[in-house]
Amino acid sequence: MALTLPIYLDHAATTPCDPRVVEAMLPYFTKVYGNPGSRNHRFGWEAEDGVDRARQQVAALLGANEKEIVFTSGATESNNLAIKGAAEMYEKASAGSGQCRGHIITCKIEHKAVLDPCKRLQKEGFEVTYLDPPRDGVITRAMVEAVLRPDTILVSLMWANNEIGTVSEIREIGALCHEREIVFHTDATQWAGKMPTNVERDNIDLLSMSGHKIYGPKGVGALYVRRRKPRVRLVAQVDGGGQERGFRSGTLNVTGIVGLGKACEIAMAEMDHEGERLLRLRKRLEQGIAGGLDHVQINGHADKRLPHITNISFGFVEGESLMMACKDIAMSSGSACTSASLEPSYVLKGLGIGDDLAHSSLRFSLGRWTTEAEVDYTVSKVVESVNRLRGLSPLYDMFKEGIDLTKIEWAHH
Amino acid sequence: MAYGPKIIDHYENPRNVGSFGTQQEIKQRTDVGVGLVGAPECGDVMQLQIKVDQATGKIQDAKFKCFGCGSAIASSSLATEWLKGKTLDEGLAIKNTEIVQELSLPPVKIHCSVLAEDAIKAAIADYKTKNGIPVDDHDHEHAHH
Ligand SMILES: Cc1ncc(COP(=O)(O)O)c(C=O)c1O
Ligand code: FES
Repeated sequence: MALTLPIYLDHAATTPCDPRVVEAMLPYFTKVYGNPGSRNHRFGWEAEDGVDRARQQVAALLGANEKEIVFTSGATESNNLAIKGAAEMYEKASAGSGQCRGHIITCKIEHKAVLDPCKRLQKEGFEVTYLDPPRDGVITRAMVEAVLRPDTILVSLMWANNEIGTVSEIREIGALCHEREIVFHTDATQWAGKMPTNVERDNIDLLSMSGHKIYGPKGVGALYVRRRKPRVRLVAQVDGGGQERGFRSGTLNVTGIVGLGKACEIAMAEMDHEGERLLRLRKRLEQGIAGGLDHVQINGHADKRLPHITNISFGFVEGESLMMACKDIAMSSGSACTSASLEPSYVLKGLGIGDDLAHSSLRFSLGRWTTEAEVDYTVSKVVESVNRLRGLSPLYDMFKEGIDLTKIEWAHH
Repeated sequence: MAYGPKIIDHYENPRNVGSFGTQQEIKQRTDVGVGLVGAPECGDVMQLQIKVDQATGKIQDAKFKCFGCGSAIASSSLATEWLKGKTLDEGLAIKNTEIVQELSLPPVKIHCSVLAEDAIKAAIADYKTKNGIPVDDHDHEHAHH
């Protein structure tokens, strides 16, 4: 098959909509346009049927009951509802009482859509422990157990990390939370739809997911909210017409919801096959790059990871210039030297990778339509560009001359 | 953000890449001044070297190496072009704002040009120090951030 440029290897940022998803959505724009809240005419009923089917499709993907699915605008909103909603519901002391309202556990390498709600809760009287991840990025049951307190009310940990693709011990941590009667939320935005999920087996109370990471539309997502053993309650964060059993008011995004449902159905049917294919491609990419270059490092645990994401540090080369060299390939840089703050990725820093290597890292995330030819092109382009940029790199010269880069007195800005 | 054609040209065909010797050799050469600015942890390190014709006092040749984004590479490449044939004082007069203008750097990339101005100043100061020429205070002045 002929190679067409540019190549998209940024599926962890977002995915294209699957044409089958688009097709399922189309009638809901112009034909089935009723408000599912309109209970007294067929336009409303038909729209409601579409939403009901989508709810079943999402529930099936998660091993949940359809009554446990709340539709939202995406994982950011799902995280906000889960974290703020549970904290406010299960608080140990009321706001303004001057006492700690409850203890929450999360981790330093969570997505901002988890970290920022936690920070807000801290301002409002909750205490939050941000776990320091180990170098391999995998959070274990023991790490959570070590920081539990009698007043811990909520644990929120992502299933798979969006920057490095590593997977934490979610089932074990869920079991721990259930033993201690603590609400357990997981941000499964990168995991759900890619890997087998069962909220019963995996001991999950609240789970966030998003349509646009799984070949569905942007601006729609879901929150799973456990209904039994135990029933989890939340304080709504958006008040209004009382849709979604009061958890989330607002006229439902019917087209988006139908698309999300279809995306879940496809993901479930094709997950095994697709996962194997992506794993093969990722290994091909990693082996090609590691075989063609010295001083490269694959970040995060070697095996406990998603099949389609890899994050690689290239010693002596700055990430953004490498992306510029590979401008036919869309990927994402761990370096954020573009911002005035000059801060490299907080996730890579959190893993203790070192600011210098964090500036030299790229994330490649493969997807449903990524081909072997695209991977091979990427390997050769990356290898060639790293070699060229190393030819420009004063650090590589110094390294080759045996100078210890950590011993130089750098003029920090 | 899309890059302007001049940045891309300098990035893809950088001028005057290299060094007048190993770090050790450079230290000993009195006709060469080196500026090494930035830090790996900040994501940018620029090394700029000038070779001075000691008879005329003019910068005969200039070379650079850069670990940094495309704009930093382009800024240092441009700096080496501009330095050639200039006196030390003329070299010191190069301002980062001129680099910004020539390359059409976007606002978030201004600090890359600042780095280049700093590297020029540091290289000239190094040359002066090696040759017992007093280094003016303003030689060391930080570029305009
Ligand atoms: C782990 C994780 N959580 C949350 C989000 C936010 O998702 P959304 O864009 O649906 O709000 C993302 C995507 O950027 C993500 O990767
Ligand atoms: S060197 Fe930092 S953005 Fe250019």
